[in-house]
Amino acid sequence: MKPAPFAYLRPQGLQHALEALAADPGAKVLAGGQSLVPLLSMRLAAPSTLVDINALPGLDRVWADDDGVHVGALARHADVLASPDVRRVQPLVSQALSQVAHATIRNRGTTVGSIVHADAAAEMPMVITLLGGSVTVASTAGERTIPAEELYAGPLESTLRHDEVAVHATFPALAPGEGVGFAEVARRHGDYALVGVGAVVRIDGDDVVSARAGYLSVSDVPTVVDLTETWGDHDAAAHRALSALDPADDIHATAAYRAHLVRVLTARVLAAAYDDARTRASAGRDRDDG
Amino acid sequence: MGEELHDIRLSVNGLVREVRVPARRLLSDALRHDLGLTGTHVGCEHGVCGACTVLVDGRPVRSCLMFAVSAVDCSITTVEGLTEPDGSPEGRLSAVQQAFAECHGLQCGFCTPGFLTTITAGLRDNPAPTEDEAREMIAGNLCRCTGYVNIVKSVLRASQIAEERS
Ligand SMILES: Cc1cc2nc3c(=O)[nH]c(=O)nc-3n(C[C@H](O)[C@H](O)[C@H](O)COP(=O)(O)OP(=O)(O)OC[C@H]3O[C@@H](n4cnc5c(N)ncnc54)[C@H](O)[C@@H]3O)c2cc1C
Ligand code: FES
Ligand code: FES
Repeated sequence: MKPAPFAYLRPQGLQHALEALAADPGAKVLAGGQSLVPLLSMRLAAPSTLVDINALPGLDRVWADDDGVHVGALARHADVLASPDVRRVQPLVSQALSQVAHATIRNRGTTVGSIVHADAAAEMPMVITLLGGSVTVASTAGERTIPAEELYAGPLESTLRHDEVAVHATFPALAPGEGVGFAEVARRHGDYALVGVGAVVRIDGDDVVSARAGYLSVSDVPTVVDLTETWGDHDAAAHRALSALDPADDIHATAAYRAHLVRVLTARVLAAAYDDARTRASAGRDRDDG
Repeated sequence: MGEELHDIRLSVNGLVREVRVPARRLLSDALRHDLGLTGTHVGCEHGVCGACTVLVDGRPVRSCLMFAVSAVDCSITTVEGLTEPDGSPEGRLSAVQQAFAECHGLQCGFCTPGFLTTITAGLRDNPAPTEDEAREMIAGNLCRCTGYVNIVKSVLRASQIAEERS
């Protein structure tokens, strides 16, 4: 099928884009189109106007500072994945991005678009929630920053207002003592995951002081579970995680299989994050000694 | 009132072409119907099969997931643009095309344009892939005929041909 007719604008400046969105309640932002165009072609969405933000200047930047890494609205998944700053400052972003779709989709799809598209089966909404990041949005009324924990209202529903453009997303830097892990199981590499799990573990010497895991594809919104108290007990960790999740049956997997994957991946990813924290801590000590 | 039409210029295979299209015209349809470049094939029309893959500023992109009006600032290469100049009017097959011919990398040929564009860009980034890397390079494209074995061979052979030619 083909998309229904829409009016099309390709503004050259942000202000113009914001005015166009404010003027038409039926307008939608077009970024990489890797989620929106299929929805239009299947006629699951029929906006009156598309505001194409691809010509807006300055939005394709990826940069790091004391707050972490920032990803502009037009940075493609491929650009973010290739960024050495991102890998150094917050490696969980790179690890998860390598599992987002196929390279061809990553060449066009934007990381910010994926975050605001709010698909609970997508990697980046979970990652930004687990890391406690934020999205900065603009409208004709000005700018505001939405913390990740307030970003998701329901399946495919973010808390952005229809007249807002997300201008960049921020992922906090990996803190001293922290390590990260990520794993997912998909039918084929590049497909949406049946279950995906990310973890951040913080150690102090030999002690684990914090262990948190984020889950995708097993709940309506990206879900983060604190597993510090269950450290070292796989069954207790899986039990706690599953009590916060809602694995469902679909054509790809049964709910029981998804619950099994939650158990297996939770243990695997916590161990990987712990090892990562240890490796970084000893690399840090070597640097201090040297 | 009729649907609004946009007069746009598309840069395709090194030529600037003018077309008049509604905003909802997919780039894949603009290439095939408005420009007559039917080498780009359309399978699923929602990003999954890869048959419609073209190069946008050198990178593989699904042409069924882009609107023609969004492609105005880009340089597009379709399968028709892959042949290399050799002094003859048609040019010669590129290394990737030659390898597909030698290795039986196609049967019905429906998926082939998407594979050729994807592999062309893939070998530019990684001129000497391992077999695993060759497999990964084509993981986003579907073929219902070959079982992929000869396509993987074609990737590896294309790498050799390019090496021999350079
Ligand atoms: C075959 C295929 C496989 C895929 N597999 C995966 C996968 O495994 N994991 C995964 O995470 N994703 C996957 N995707 C989706 C992909 O990651 C998309 O790129 C991403 O979801 C959306 O980014 P986009 O820039 O393409 O946004 P668009 O499609 O342009 O927009 C998506 C939505 O977000 C809104 N939007 C986008 N940008 C902004 C902005 N800056 N401000 C306000 N609103 C905005 C749009 O209005 C629209 O509602 C897949 C896609 C395809 C086609
Ligand atoms: S037709 Fe575009 S990916 Fe299938
Ligand atoms: S050769 Fe027939 S689909 Fe690939």
